[in-house]
Amino acid sequence: MIQNEYNKKAYLAKNLFDKKIEQVPTRNGYGDGLIEAGAKNKNIVVLCADLTESTRSLAFKKKYPDRFVQLGVSEQSLAGIAAGMALAGKIPFISSYACFSPGRNWEQIRTTIALNNTNVKIAGAHTGVSVGPDGATHQMLEDIAIMRVIPNMRVVVPCDANETRKATIAIADDPHPWYIRFAREKSPVFTTSKTPFKLGRIETLRFGNDLTIIGAGPILYEALLAAEILSKKGIETRVLNCHTVKPLDVKAIIKAAKETGAFLTVEEAQAAGGLGGAIAECLSLYAPVPIERIGIQDRFGESGDPSELMTAFGLTAPAIVKSAMRIFNKK
Amino acid sequence: MKPRAPQLHLHDKKLKQLEERAQVIREEIIKMLISAGSGHSAGPLGMADIFSALYFHVLVHKPKQPNWKDRDRLILSNGHICPVSYATMAEAGYFPKAWLKTLRKFGSPLQGHPERVRLAGIENTSGPLGDGSSQAVGLAYTALMDGAPWRVYCIMSDGELEAGITWEAMLFAGRNRLYNCTFIIDRNNIQIDGPTEEIMPLEPLAEKFEAFNLNVIRCAGNDIRDFVMAVERAHAMSEKASVIIADTIPGRGVDFMEYNFEWHGKVPSIGEEANHALAQLRTLGGKIRSEHQ
Repeated sequence: MIQNEYNKKAYLAKNLFDKKIEQVPTRNGYGDGLIEAGAKNKNIVVLCADLTESTRSLAFKKKYPDRFVQLGVSEQSLAGIAAGMALAGKIPFISSYACFSPGRNWEQIRTTIALNNTNVKIAGAHTGVSVGPDGATHQMLEDIAIMRVIPNMRVVVPCDANETRKATIAIADDPHPWYIRFAREKSPVFTTSKTPFKLGRIETLRFGNDLTIIGAGPILYEALLAAEILSKKGIETRVLNCHTVKPLDVKAIIKAAKETGAFLTVEEAQAAGGLGGAIAECLSLYAPVPIERIGIQDRFGESGDPSELMTAFGLTAPAIVKSAMRIFNKK
Repeated sequence: MKPRAPQLHLHDKKLKQLEERAQVIREEIIKMLISAGSGHSAGPLGMADIFSALYFHVLVHKPKQPNWKDRDRLILSNGHICPVSYATMAEAGYFPKAWLKTLRKFGSPLQGHPERVRLAGIENTSGPLGDGSSQAVGLAYTALMDGAPWRVYCIMSDGELEAGITWEAMLFAGRNRLYNCTFIIDRNNIQIDGPTEEIMPLEPLAEKFEAFNLNVIRCAGNDIRDFVMAVERAHAMSEKASVIIADTIPGRGVDFMEYNFEWHGKVPSIGEEANHALAQLRTLGGKIRSEHQ
């Protein structure tokens, strides 16, 4: 690893490319973040639709039983009840699997949360094909697309458990509706408590001027691995963490487009409409450069071992390298 | 603190005032709809008596301080009947009556379906049917959690009970014994495509709510005294949320609209239809009372 290619101010994990790097599911960061945010602000309440342990809402329930609300399998009213509680001054976090919330209750989110402008946080668990054996029904891939098009709604996709904890606390402090996305599987904890995080601001993880890889979510680790491989081929890649898909940090994107001249987006979601869609829109409007998109390409997931699926759907470092080479050669 | 239970006994003089207010509200509704050129007629007219009773007798609220923290919350779930909300709110002093003629017009705070962020005094943005009941139970749950004195009333149409989310909210209301919450069902038996019992039968309706552990009260929705007594019975219940099934006459007050589902989603045309409707409304005060004597 060429240390000086990395942004020292990003304070990434010291053993970044060690196979023994700590692995924790991002949803755990949500659970920790809720406890911290809940201690700070007594108006925070957590609502869950029969998935308390799995969405990591359980610790909050145990610590603050009076501020936890069980809804049963009722995702539509999950959104509406949260909106009602927000109208009465609470800051509700609603937790479920993303295919049900915001999947099933999109209209209630649009009407009672976004248009109504209520301070509700929607936490979508079990996103991406890495959900694994449960199969396509439970592998939410369209959530970023359907949430980022709603006015008033904001979208954050943290890259590891640390960042999920920070994002959970940050959205609790922000008075707007937010969607926060996490995954089921363990993934490398490659940021640290010192890594800067601000909603709406892109963080540079690695410097390079030959190409930009911009991503959100745990797949960013694969992007860093890919950047290492590319470096050995003489291509220096800039890696940007675009955790906030909306509002997009347009200035940072334009700057990177001008300085690197080629973009590759990476995410574990439908590239059309997802982060890939957002970046393509932004670049075509303000700084057109060649672009490719790593993500799910207009298809559903399927059952399998998470790592097997990540490979099959082209979401690992080798696939990123291949795409990056192609886009670099188009410059 | 327990939810407050205001004294609601209705003297004859007050009853007459409320009935007269309802008539004024009906007239305003017709005028607004004619000016707007589109909207829903039957529902708002049928609910004018209940709105008069709520805003001028039942609700504890301060029209000049619409965000007063201890106000009762009136959630309108079937947002399409908002002309009756707007007419009543203007009558109560929430905003100038002159605004009424801007209904559904560009830039107006009086949107075709009500929006909380555009008009102070509107508690929730609504229109997509079924969403109000869940917001109402969220509010009621929070009020009990915080020991707040205010109550929640949620007005719903009968047709919207066909939306599944309603029953999610009812399960929640039943489980959490939200006795500070009163649902008011506008049982006018019509929906856009026809009579509810032909489109998707709701009966036995009272038994459905009872099976969800709610306290069911039936009343004549165009009889203000009967409705107020129903609210008193809802307040008296401290174990369960209450549902008032208010049997109303759609299009109440305009003979060619009454009971006719075709007036659910349209407005009278300018000229003979409109004049006929307004002429009837201006003389109806006596008619309503004589029917119940």
